[in-house]
Parts: sequence; structure tokens; C-alpha cells
Amino acid sequence: MLGRILLVGRLAVRDLRRRRIEAALLLLAIMAATTTLTLALVLRDAASDPYQSTRAATHGPDVVAGVYQPAKLSGLEELAGAAGVIDHSGPYPVAPAKLQASGRTSDVQVVGRDAAPASVDQPELIQGSWVRDGGVVVEAAFANALHVRVGDPVTLDSRSFEVVGVAVTAAMPPYPGASCIVAIGCVNGAITDEVPPGLLHNPGLVWLTQADVRSLTTDSLSYVMNLKLADPAEAQAFVANHGEHGGATPMQPWENILEDATELARDSQILLLIGAWLLGLLAVAGLSVLVGGRMADQTRRVGLLKAVGGTPSLVAAVLLAEYVLVAIVAAAAGLAVGSLAAPLLAESSAGLIGSAGTPSMTMSTVGLVTAVALGVAVVATVVPAVRAARSSTVNALADSPRPPRRIGWLIAISARLPVPLLLALRVAARRPRRVVLGVVSIAITVSGIFVVLVLNAFLTTQPLAGGYADAQVEVLRQVLLVWIVILLSLAAVNAIVITWATVLDNRHSSALARALGATPRDVSTALAAAQVLPALVGAVVGVFPGGFALFAAINAITGGDSDRATLPSLWQLLAVVLATVLVVAALTAVPARLGGRRPVTETL
Amino acid sequence: MSNAADMPVLRARGLRKEYGKGEGLVRAVDGVDLDIGAGETVAVMGPSGCGKSTLLHLLGGLDRPSGGEVSLNGHRIDDIGEKALARLRRTAVGFVFQSFHLMEELTAVENVELSALLAGRSPRAARRRAEDLLEQVGLADRARFLPSALSGGQRQRVAVARALSNEPLVVFADEPTGNLDSAATMDVLQLFEGLHESGQTLVVVTHDARIAATADRMISMRDGALIDETRLTGGTTGQLGALIGLED
Ligand SMILES: Nc1ncnc2c1ncn2[C@@H]1O[C@H](COP(=O)(O)OP(=O)(O)OP(=O)(O)O)[C@@H](O)[C@H]1O
Ligand SMILES: [Mg+2]
Repeated sequence: MLGRILLVGRLAVRDLRRRRIEAALLLLAIMAATTTLTLALVLRDAASDPYQSTRAATHGPDVVAGVYQPAKLSGLEELAGAAGVIDHSGPYPVAPAKLQASGRTSDVQVVGRDAAPASVDQPELIQGSWVRDGGVVVEAAFANALHVRVGDPVTLDSRSFEVVGVAVTAAMPPYPGASCIVAIGCVNGAITDEVPPGLLHNPGLVWLTQADVRSLTTDSLSYVMNLKLADPAEAQAFVANHGEHGGATPMQPWENILEDATELARDSQILLLIGAWLLGLLAVAGLSVLVGGRMADQTRRVGLLKAVGGTPSLVAAVLLAEYVLVAIVAAAAGLAVGSLAAPLLAESSAGLIGSAGTPSMTMSTVGLVTAVALGVAVVATVVPAVRAARSSTVNALADSPRPPRRIGWLIAISARLPVPLLLALRVAARRPRRVVLGVVSIAITVSGIFVVLVLNAFLTTQPLAGGYADAQVEVLRQVLLVWIVILLSLAAVNAIVITWATVLDNRHSSALARALGATPRDVSTALAAAQVLPALVGAVVGVFPGGFALFAAINAITGGDSDRATLPSLWQLLAVVLATVLVVAALTAVPARLGGRRPVTETL
Repeated sequence: MSNAADMPVLRARGLRKEYGKGEGLVRAVDGVDLDIGAGETVAVMGPSGCGKSTLLHLLGGLDRPSGGEVSLNGHRIDDIGEKALARLRRTAVGFVFQSFHLMEELTAVENVELSALLAGRSPRAARRRAEDLLEQVGLADRARFLPSALSGGQRQRVAVARALSNEPLVVFADEPTGNLDSAATMDVLQLFEGLHESGQTLVVVTHDARIAATADRMISMRDGALIDETRLTGGTTGQLGALIGLED
């Protein structure tokens, strides 16, 4: 037993060490997949139902009621005692003010709160501590947009305060979608005309102690109260009833807040989701090429092991051990990179979704990512293992596993071409499925680039049409940037993986071609051309129909209006296609050269 | 010297192997009857493509016949399961191939101990045996070398050592000197002579008359069938060739 374990371990480790580059690429490809998955999971946790989780964490109100004059406070007290209300907090004083922080100025609504926690709507702190005299707590999305942190000095109507905390609440949609709870009124959204004097423009939300609020202003105080109902589903009805009878008390049921709060979150979530899908597809394309390439390579080893008496299960164990080693390392690395990168994406989307900031790694994420990595290992093992058990030992020894396909007409026409092109076409014809994967991989990437171009142009020229404020445009841009960086890295990994697999696959015929008189240059040009031609096809397909289709899909899902979007100009598209081809050529040049250079005798 | 008549180690009856079907049907091995006694060395000769390798693979349990029977030490091996076949390959037979078939990532000594470890021996026992065998084939000083750092003849000697590692009933060799120059061929030849003298049962496919000359018996094949049999010790021509009238 001990001997067999030693043997399995030795064969696995030695094979990985002997083919270091392939092992590294395999690691990279699985890692890309696990990183993507980690990101997607972490962001899904962060973006799914942000309002609901905030509502649960903060004991969010079912109804928010407000009055604009101290004289009407009695109306709020009546509501607190109304049938169906089981709990309340407030009334709290609210004042309009101008906030200045590190050179930026914004209108704010200042709510005066008690230092003691409230039973309804106790904002959840993301950073720092709750209000105290002289200390202000800033709503998270607003803090993010203003770039203020705990410890920063700010002024409210020229009086100095220190930021002591950053918090989220479910009583109001996050910045800049705040509902208006001050007497003088507010204007939301981007506006072109002058703001009417006195109105607050895109007000942020901050909390002070009640005493501090009262010291800010004496005349224009309004009041809010948070109500908890016995049955939250009755909130709309409650508002309808009491609104009609009581008259002058404006009220908001939680469903309305939810609606406003998640409007923007939905857009960014869809972006992230589609991004995750594209990345997932890319990762799968890269992995199938690698695993497929390795499978072919393993055939002779399998035959050898069988010839000296290895049972099918031992052969499977050897193959599995190799992949499991790589998969475990890749899962760990993917989790690490993913959790490092997630805040980059989430920090920006925190502003959009108003949820509790940096998402954290949950056990289920770790479990799922590891399971997927191991799943890849198992799948990669099962096919060659089953094939090994079934296949004839003799054939495996002769290394004739999956004879490369020959496409007669392609070979016939290629005979008239210059040598490198001829070789390139033949290289491509040997493994049509791999060529397809290469085309798909490039097409997905280019489609992604296309959509990013469209969205970017849209955000630049018509932020108003989308109803986005400056801060949100910036945030959405950031999301797009991170997204495109990951997409491009993965595509680059794929290009290298595919070239390398092709180089390995063709080392024999390349050597033969050289032995028959082709120069190393012909051979490496051929290997590179065999990648560049599919890249060209992929880039074109990625623009049309790929990019158009993807953009249409995004519009269909988000209910967006594609008429308002400016599609990239022809020269932009040409540039994308050209750049793709050049980048692929550059990326594949190195492995292709290495492949073309190998001494003929070593491989023959 | 041979007791083939009483108790054959290896016995084949009506052995057939076909590839393809219809027009493209190839009868690689076509109705072979054969008995090989313990301690006997048999050389198989014949033109290229006549089915020598295929026959060897069938006899050694490396491939399954399309029809007929093979028995090793009285047990049928043509109809046993994949696992039993694997056990057979690592305990009862040893193979030496023309192209060595060493594992490139393992050192010489690790290649030799491969089947011992597969057979479940302790790592220590397997290593000791492997070192002894390398000593025996004259490669003790190359034990830690990877195959890529060995010459063809040295690689083949490692392969022979590997084939012997589990004291097999029969060693099969398929053109063991086909890839070697004459000096290396002499080394391997000596090894086989040593094996022969020590009473190892050997079946060798070869084009090399020198190897064939060391055998007890020489079998000639053509088109998948045995056409001639020469008992070299007696220098007599077998009846087979006489029967078919192909003797020259
Ligand atoms: N996997 C296979 N599929 C189809 N036909 C095969 C296969 N393997 C062998 N053959 C055919 O079986 C016949 C016998 O082949 P085999 O390899 O046994 O010949 P051989 O006597 O060993 O030749 P050589 O001396 O050249 O090694 C040949 O005609 C060959 O074409
Ligand atoms: Mg042969």
C-alpha cells in the first residue's frame, strides 16, 4: 500500500515538474476560473438584496413619517399610537445644511439622533462609532462619493465637526437618491437649469446629536418618525388610511424606499452578472483546451503504466493526484486574489447598492470555489481515466489516441500557399475544435470590449439620460474598468494556453517539417499564424454579431433604450479588431518561437 | 533441457486477432497453436507486418484476442477482467520493447522498481531489488540518471531490469535490439544469454539472426500464421513447415 502511495505521489509530482510550463498554465487557467468565481460569489452576496439585508441589520422602519413644522408634532404622536403600530423611534429633528469636506460642498439633510441605540432604524455602522456631540456620522454612499472617512474634519453651515462614523440605513435610499425630509424641499438628479434658491440639490444624509442639530438652526426644523408595524405587508394600506384621515403628515411605506434604493443597484448588478458570465465562459474555453491537450499527452504514460501492470484505478489515481495538487493550489490562489480584488469592485458598488461596504468571504464561497476547482480536476481525470481503462494498452503505447483529423480540401488548397501559411492551415486543420475554442474566446472578449465602449460613450455623453449623477457615473466607470481588466487578463491567458497547446501538439510535425527543409522561422511563423487567423475571425465575430447581440441582451434585461446609445464608430471597431490581432500575435510569438526553436532531433 | 511436452508454461490454441472489418479486414494473427515450456527460449522471426508483435501482445496479456485461447501456467488469460490482467502483467510477465518505453520522468532505478511498487512491495524492498537488478545489467552507476541521460543500449538494459523485477514466469521481448548499434546489441545479447542460462522462459521477436541463434527454438511466421519451426538444439526442421510445404 505504502509503495503504491509513494508511486502515485512520485509520478504526479515528477510529471508536474517535468512539464513546468504546462503545469503553470494549468494552474493559471484554473486560478482564473476560481478567481472569477470568487469575485462573482462575493459580489452576488454583496449585491443580492442589499436593501433587505440593510433593513434587517438596522431594524428598518415599515413607515417613515415626517412633519415640516414643530406645531404639527402632535400628528406624529397620534401615529405612534395608531392601531397596528407596535414600535417607533423619534420624532427626530431634521435640518437642511451645507456640508464642506476636503474642498467639496454638498447640500445635506441633518438628522438629530440620540446617542443611545434606537429600537427602530438604528443605522448600521460600517466604520467608526455612532453620533456624539461634535461628531457627525455620514451615510455610506454619500461618504463614498465625497471621499470622506472617519477622522476627517467637515463643516456644516460653517461649524466644524469631525466625522466619527460611516453608516447605512434602510429609512432612506442611499445617496444620491435620498427622499426629502426637510421643509424647504429638494431637487434630485442631474439638472441643467439653476437650482431654485433654497431648495436642496441632491442632498446627502448625515446624523448628529439632537442638541447639535438644534444648534445649527432654529427656524426651519422638520421632524421624522420611524414606525414599526405588526404586519410589514400592511405598510401601504397604513399609509393610505392615515394619509387620508390625518391629512398633513407625509408618509413613506418601506416598499417605496426599497424601490428607489434598488433602482441603481439593479443596473450595476446586471453589469456584474453579465461580466461574471463572460468571464466564466472564457475560463471554460481556456480550461478545455488545456485539459484536452494534456489528455492527449497522457496517453503514452497511461499505456506504459498499464503495460507494467497498473490497474485502471491506479492509472486514475495517478492522473487525479496531479490535477488535485494543481486544483488545490489554484483554489487557494483564486480565493486569495478574488478576495483581494473584490473590494475594488465592491467598494465602488457599495456606493450604488448602499449595502454594508466590503463584502466578506463566507464559508460557502470558500467551499464552492474549492469544490469547483476539485470538480475540474475530477472531470479532467475522468475522461482520460475511462479512456485508459477501455483503450487497448498496445494502442496507447503506440501513442495513437485521438488521431488528428485531416480535412482533405483544406490540405489540398493549402498546398498552393507560401510555406508558413501552408503549415499554419495544416496546424489549424489538425485540431478544429481547438480553433473553435480560440475563436470563441476572442469573440467573447471583443464583445465585452464592444459593450464597454458603448457604455463608456453613453456615460460620457449622456449621463443625464441615464439619470445618473456625477458620482454614480464615476462609480459605474470604475466597475467597467475593473471588469475589463479581468476580462483582458483572462483572454491573454487563454491565447497563451491555446498557443502552447498547439506548440506541444505540433512539436512532432514541426520537427518533421524542419527536417524536410522548413526553417525555424517558417515553423514559428506558422504556429503564430495558426493563432492569429482565428483571432481575426474571433475579433470580427465578436464585434458583429457578438457585440451587438450582447448589447441588445443587456438592453433587453435592463429595459434600457438602445436608441440613446452611441454605437462605436467604424474606425473604433477597426481599431479594436486590429489591436486584438496585434496583441494575440505578440502574445503567441513567444511560445511559438520557443516551439519553433526546439532542436529537431530532440523531438523526432 | 526443455520439458515443453509435459507442462507448457505458455499455451495458445487457435489464437486469432483481427483488425478492421469488411474490405479492410486484417488477420494479424490467424489461428496460432503454440506451446512453450518452462525455461525455454523461443525466437519468433518473419517479415515485417506478419503479426509477430501482435502475437507477442496476445501471449503476454497486453492485448485481447479476437478468438482462441491463451493459458499461462495452466490458467486462461484471454477472458479475464482488466484488473486480473493488470495483476498478471505485474507479476507473471515482463515486457521489453523496441523503443524501451521507460517513464521519462523517473530515474533508472525508479523505472526498475515501478512494477515492484505496483505489486505492493514495500518501498525499501522494491528499491533493494531494483538496485540489485541494475547491478546485474551493469548500470549500478547510472541508477539516478533520467532515461534522457542514458544511451539507447543503457535504456534497453534498464528496461530489461524492469522486466525482471517481479521474477516473471515469462519475459517477452519485441525486437529488443532493433534500435541499437552492434556494441549495444552485444550487451543486450549477453543479458539474454544470461537469462537463458539461468532458466528464464523467454519469447523474443527479432530480425537478428545472432539472437535467434541463441534460442532453443525458432518460429517463423507469415501472414499471421506459424509456417516453420526449427529446434536449434537438435538442428531439425519442425513438422509444421514440412506439412504446409513452405520449407525452403
Ligand atoms: N491497431 C491496428 N489496427 C489495424 N491493423 C493493425 C493494428 N496493429 C497491427 N495491425 C496490422 O496487423 C498486421 C501485423 O502487425 P504487427 O505489428 O504484429 O507486425 P510485425 O510482424 O510486428 O511487423 P514488424 O516486424 O514490422 O514489427 C499488420 O498488417 C498491421 O498492419
Ligand atoms: Mg513488430
